[in-house]
Amino acid sequence: MIATIWAWLTDPANWSGAGSIPDQTLEHLRLSFIALVVAALIAIPIGLYVGHTGRGRVVLVNIVSAFRAIPSLGVLFIAALLLLPRLKGELAFELPSLIVLVLLGMPPILSGVYAGIQQVDPAARDAARGMGMTGQQRLWRVEVPCALPLIFSGLRSSMLQIIATATIAAVVGLGGLGRFLIDGQANRKYDEMAGGAILVAVLALLVDLVFAALQRFAVSPGLAPAARR
Amino acid sequence: MTVFGTDLSEVADLAVSHAYLAGLPLVLGLLISLPLGWLALRRRWLYPPVIAGTGLLYTIPSLALFVLLPGIIGTQILDPVNVIVAMTLYTIALLTRTVADGLGSVPDPVRQAATAIGYGPVRRFFVVELPLAVPVISAGLRVAAVSNVSMVSVAALIGVSQLGMLFTDGFSRSAMGPILVGVIACVLLAILFDLLILLGTRVLTPWLRVVRA
Repeated sequence: MIATIWAWLTDPANWSGAGSIPDQTLEHLRLSFIALVVAALIAIPIGLYVGHTGRGRVVLVNIVSAFRAIPSLGVLFIAALLLLPRLKGELAFELPSLIVLVLLGMPPILSGVYAGIQQVDPAARDAARGMGMTGQQRLWRVEVPCALPLIFSGLRSSMLQIIATATIAAVVGLGGLGRFLIDGQANRKYDEMAGGAILVAVLALLVDLVFAALQRFAVSPGLAPAARR
Repeated sequence: MTVFGTDLSEVADLAVSHAYLAGLPLVLGLLISLPLGWLALRRRWLYPPVIAGTGLLYTIPSLALFVLLPGIIGTQILDPVNVIVAMTLYTIALLTRTVADGLGSVPDPVRQAATAIGYGPVRRFFVVELPLAVPVISAGLRVAAVSNVSMVSVAALIGVSQLGMLFTDGFSRSAMGPILVGVIACVLLAILFDLLILLGTRVLTPWLRVVRA
């Protein structure tokens, strides 16, 4: 079994041309990053606003936990059924899935940003106020830097959620590594399915590692866990 | 009775197997995370590797895990055991850290007081530390329960029967009805799990109510 999966993974025919492993990996990354950027552009400002002002806190917390209960596969199919007949060409396969990826990617970012701003040490906030900082200055120079660890953990779980959902979205025609899983199953080729699954798992791990490295680079050393203890 | 062109007795059958596929792993995962979390807390050097290792499990997308497990544990691809094992792994991934942090949140004076009145380590764990960690552990369990219910539906893609079958069935016929019924049934099941855990927590932590009253 392992030998056949290995044979599929190392077959040169699977490594060049359209629909090859590098091709689908790049496609998976491209779609995931588009979804993450759009989700972040919407969710970060909302999270900052709610965290900074405390307004709409209850609504945000409830929406985030409600979203967790919604099955991604069901939402994907609903979006595909609603939008597929109304769109043409390449867009028809990408847009419904992208909308769902953005929707499912938002809740982790929202709760990360909100929780990060919320848990900033009140003493630091008071000190900033005492130094005469305006609301904007306090937000950007004190609260956001202090909240970065939780903001990053929100972005990371959002990215994992998006990569996983993008895999499933191959069912409704989205490109990416999910293609190997879905097409392999349609053709009853377990080596292709398992090979695709390994690639998705490795991709998710590597992307998470890159984010962990970025986090280490971006977060102030004063906030590192070692310094806190 | 039918709703949106979907037979409700069939939905009930699917909901029962869905509850089983999501619920059993919750119990198994909790039973495994308790000793793991305890170990991670007691042996300080074990904390980073155990937490990182279980966290790593969570990065693996569910569909990938469902597909890979038959190759690893030697089951058939359609075997529901794959789903049970995969969901148990995800539950462990979420709960180990919560258990360690929950047990860690028990104040030291409480632990010392228990020792002072003659509790051995085992009795102290089950009678003092574990009950006091219940609120934290139950918060983690609620997250795991809700995400298990929604993740199990993905198993429909590999043909394991549960509420997710309504999604694949509806999509293949271009029928919105079964998909909507499936989504609603999933959300209701998640709410039911959540309520059960809240109820269990209430029963297990009578002192919290006394303080509030």
